[in-house]
Amino acid sequence: ISKNFATRLFLSVRRFYHEQSSILETSISRESAEFQENYVQMKKLSDELRSKIQVISQGGGQKAISRHKSKGKLLARERVALLTDPGSPFLELSQLAGYKLYGKEDVPAGGVITGIGRVSGTECVIVANDATVKGGSYYPISVKKHLRAQEIAEQNRLPCIYLVDSGGANLPRQADVFPDRDHFGRIFYNQANMSAKGIPQIALVMGSCTAGGAYVPAMADESVIVKQQGTIFLAGPPLVKAATGEEISAEDLGGANLHCSKSGVTDYFAIDDQHALQLGRNIVKNFNYKKAMSLAIRTPEEPLYDGDELYGIVGSNLKKTFDVREVIARVVDGSKFDEFKAMYGDTLVTGFARIFGYPVGIIGNNGVLFGESAMKGAHFVEICCQRKIPLVFLQNITGFMVGREAEAGGIAKHGAKMVTAVACAQVPKLTVVIGGSYGAGNYGMCGRAYSPRFMYMWPNARISVMGGEQAAGVLSQITADQRKREGKTLSPEEEKAIKDPIVEMFESEGSPYYASARLWDDGVIDPVDTRKVLGLSLSAALNAPIPDTKFGVFRM
Amino acid sequence: PSRGCCQQKVKNIDKVLIANRGEIACRVIRSAKKLGIKTVAVYSEADQNSLHVAMADEAFLVGPAPSQQSYLQKDKIIEIAKISGAQAIHPGYGFLSENTEFAQLCEEKGMAFIGPPATAIRDMGIKSTSKYIMAAAGVPVIQGYHGEDQSDAVLKAEAEKIGYPVMIKAVRGGGGKGMRIAMSPEEFETQLDSARREAVKSFGDDVMLIERFVQRPRHVEVQVFGDKYGNCVYLFERDCSVQRRHQKIIEEAPAPGLSMETRRQLGEAAVKAAKAVNYVGAGTVEFIYDSKTGEFFFMEMNTRLQVEHPITEMVTGTDLVEWQLKIAAGERLPMLQDQITLTGHAFEARIYAEDPAGGFLPGAGPLRYLNTPPSASDVRIETGVRQGDEVSVHYDPMIAKLVVWGDDRSSALRKLRSRLSEYNISGLSTNINFLLDLSAHPSFTSADVHTDFIPEHYNTLFPTKVVSDELLCKAAVSLILEEQAAARQAQLQTADPFSPFISHPGFAVNMLLSRRIELKIGETAYTVEVQHKPDGSFFVVLPSGKDCHVKAQLHRQGNVTHLKAEISGHISQSTVLVTDSGVTLFEEDGSHTFCLPELKYMAEKSKALMSEGDAVAPMPGVVEKLLVSEGQYVKAGDPLVVLIAMKMEYVIRAPKDGLVKQILYNPGASVGKNKPLVHFEE
Repeated sequence: ISKNFATRLFLSVRRFYHEQSSILETSISRESAEFQENYVQMKKLSDELRSKIQVISQGGGQKAISRHKSKGKLLARERVALLTDPGSPFLELSQLAGYKLYGKEDVPAGGVITGIGRVSGTECVIVANDATVKGGSYYPISVKKHLRAQEIAEQNRLPCIYLVDSGGANLPRQADVFPDRDHFGRIFYNQANMSAKGIPQIALVMGSCTAGGAYVPAMADESVIVKQQGTIFLAGPPLVKAATGEEISAEDLGGANLHCSKSGVTDYFAIDDQHALQLGRNIVKNFNYKKAMSLAIRTPEEPLYDGDELYGIVGSNLKKTFDVREVIARVVDGSKFDEFKAMYGDTLVTGFARIFGYPVGIIGNNGVLFGESAMKGAHFVEICCQRKIPLVFLQNITGFMVGREAEAGGIAKHGAKMVTAVACAQVPKLTVVIGGSYGAGNYGMCGRAYSPRFMYMWPNARISVMGGEQAAGVLSQITADQRKREGKTLSPEEEKAIKDPIVEMFESEGSPYYASARLWDDGVIDPVDTRKVLGLSLSAALNAPIPDTKFGVFRM
Repeated sequence: PSRGCCQQKVKNIDKVLIANRGEIACRVIRSAKKLGIKTVAVYSEADQNSLHVAMADEAFLVGPAPSQQSYLQKDKIIEIAKISGAQAIHPGYGFLSENTEFAQLCEEKGMAFIGPPATAIRDMGIKSTSKYIMAAAGVPVIQGYHGEDQSDAVLKAEAEKIGYPVMIKAVRGGGGKGMRIAMSPEEFETQLDSARREAVKSFGDDVMLIERFVQRPRHVEVQVFGDKYGNCVYLFERDCSVQRRHQKIIEEAPAPGLSMETRRQLGEAAVKAAKAVNYVGAGTVEFIYDSKTGEFFFMEMNTRLQVEHPITEMVTGTDLVEWQLKIAAGERLPMLQDQITLTGHAFEARIYAEDPAGGFLPGAGPLRYLNTPPSASDVRIETGVRQGDEVSVHYDPMIAKLVVWGDDRSSALRKLRSRLSEYNISGLSTNINFLLDLSAHPSFTSADVHTDFIPEHYNTLFPTKVVSDELLCKAAVSLILEEQAAARQAQLQTADPFSPFISHPGFAVNMLLSRRIELKIGETAYTVEVQHKPDGSFFVVLPSGKDCHVKAQLHRQGNVTHLKAEISGHISQSTVLVTDSGVTLFEEDGSHTFCLPELKYMAEKSKALMSEGDAVAPMPGVVEKLLVSEGQYVKAGDPLVVLIAMKMEYVIRAPKDGLVKQILYNPGASVGKNKPLVHFEE
């Protein structure tokens, strides 16, 4: 008995020790003045974000909503809620699309709601036109958002469900909507090619699908149409009358009855929106679709520290530094993080952790990138690709080190190694900009151009080629040099006149709202939701099998 | 004296056949097993998988579902008893229990009938004969004048003799027609005239009888037992006054408010009655009890073990089925009168599949969910069904008897209410809520009972129930929590069991997910807004405009789910059941079922199956007879179909004029509630 007891004790002690060693310690004091000041500032930013989204979620406003509902139609968000499994999360993307983008024209959420939700147990990309916003017509940003949702679907092998209720292209802006590669036509190109890859394409016609829009249901694998609401035609009654003189109602020309019984353009006849959504759920139920889970997962654990402390750790002042491990400790399972190469290139923090049980490799910034940091980053990315571990980038980067010593040390080639590794990595890459995102640092830390599967920004973040003050400094220096060549000097007033607008421009264009409005990311998120958003994104990303990575030539 | 059919000598009984079904068959099997007696069940085709069959040592198929073709097949049952080697037949109650022929047949075939001699059954079976025998034996019977002299003076003199108030009743009368009450001699003539006029108009005959009228009478009955040696004892009385549709629903022992002296007189009168017919075995002598005067009058004698016998067992500490078996085997009574004592108080509530608010119409259907309070020495659950069983349209719709015992009436009553609230059934309509309201009624708690109790207190027995905010919160939140649990359960089967798409319901980016949940009780709809908080709790906005913060979890124990909810600081626990069609909360005051509104497209789908104006079955039942044929033209109100439900006949009439297009059932077919029976031409 005593031997048995001793063995058990020994085992439990060993295991405890092992687990303990992974746990990140925190050095945060909630009581400190700095924490509290940071907390107040960041909380304010998060409240601002939420109130902006609250307004955006109202779509095209009360009048348009009442008109929409009076037809017996559900709102776009209600449709999404009824399509997805009851109460299940909806990972909505790019809520700020079109935010202050078209001057006086307000296009909340770009007039189209996109995101990932579970339908009959399968994670799907949902694209829902919001007919209360300019009749659901496609602005350039709507097209971009729709295409981005399709790109996410294709990269992550997620079935697509289109809830169609749109007047088609926004005619006054047709030049920015119709002709180019990544314009309207690409929607159907994507539908065809995704379908070819076995990614189901489903359309629920809940409003009009005119002209080009008619191809959404027509190109879909299966489509549903709502009686008296859905219409599909290449030309609507006014155009038909103009062209041929034929007078016909919309319902007779392209209604549910016609398309389900005569034309065969649609497959399922729905009595109302609810019915259509249920039919959509039934279609997904019969997909025979299986998530390609290849990771060694574990039971998730909540972090040991409260996520809301992120406000007090990070704050809104980008000039203040913080230890990215404090952020990691509030995002990963059990606050457990096994750091890789902790003593080498320590401005880049790399290591292994889990988020909702999924293994991840985390790369975070703790200052400017030196040659060693970049090489370490490249090494770590290689390991994760070899082992097929998804990568999470926590971006807060002013850039790579500059100056004689750095250049002589080959910072350019070391940086290139990291950029190559990140660019070629085929594992799911998720990026969160938690602070600054400047210059080549953005590349090395998997900025938009490096095709992260998902990219989010915190409301305190800034993104630009360099900081506003640095840019202003560069430009005023150039002018000063020019004056000098002309034998003139630059007065402090003149310098200010050059600098101020540049600082202002960088400040406004570097804002996460500016970025998100243009779809340079997939959304601005509240720091406290980072863990959940990353978890949902990972879950979605894991629908696609993780391919082998082949890296380009690393300059040695 | 003659001992009728019964042989005096001791007969060994080691195997008994139970010619019954349901709870009483189970009850008999239990006592038989205790005594080491093997049991043989019989079952109809409808009962193949029922509890009594499972409990018996062996079972024989006796015939198709209708009882005429199964449980009432005398010869067949005796034959089965012979084949199985049983020496005795226990008839239970109902079916063949008071069938003289069957008792005789048993005797002829040398099978012991566990009941009184056939002669006693016959004598007590005819009301007028039994009254005559009782009066002769000195048992008080209700006084009356049935004479031929119909002169006003004679009738009035007889009334005087009987004592006011009196009832003046047309001999050929019925249904209250030609019947008047005279409270005093002053109003006798006017009431007599009035009764005669009505009788002539209704029956063309004005012969009257005069009887003693008991106001607010109580139904008090005495349990008696006799053996084959001429011994007879009483085991005190039961009060069964509270009835609906002339059937008892709640009984108690002893009858409240009786003096020990009255109790003894009642008992002795009952023994006298039993002895007058040489009674053997268990019997019940029913009396009308006048609570004003304390007088009682013989009504009838039931020559069987009654449904409500357990309450007598509870207060006397006996097992009456065991007594029956022993006496049938020729043993002496296990106790003599002075050994039988009365301890405490017992109640029995009969749980029926029925719709109390809809005139107590009987119901039937599957017991989709059944959770009973635990049995104990002071709580008995007498039932013949389990979860998943069906209350069949062919037989009595009683689901169970809940029997409780307490030191005194009020503690027993408290226990009854508490256990009733733990008796949770879903899938069909039951009278449990009604029993709870009834047992909490002030007139019932103060023991002011009489046979007109339910009609008299009808309005207060069916109070308009207020749906509290807390109840709505619980219902809405239960639905959501159950949904989450089901999703988690389903996800565990997949390769991705921990996805936050499952573990973090209610999450939305930069927003709080809000859900509008519509619930219906009857025709009243309630819309509840439930917002998911990031910590898994809920912010609920109620139709009243009030809002509250709700933290809740579900806990499962077997098939029972408990909801533990903290609603604005108030912590409480309820039992909940979520089904596809809604949610039921089992609370202290009974069950509350909220239905989810029918979706428009589902409604249109079912509407397509039923056209407007079809004749539908108002309750589950069996088609007895078709009165029309296809292609026949009928007028609104014409009889179409005769439906039998719970031994009652219902005539289904044409809802409108029209041509009968299709008859959807043949005689003998079982139909569900609201199912169309006859299609009309559009």
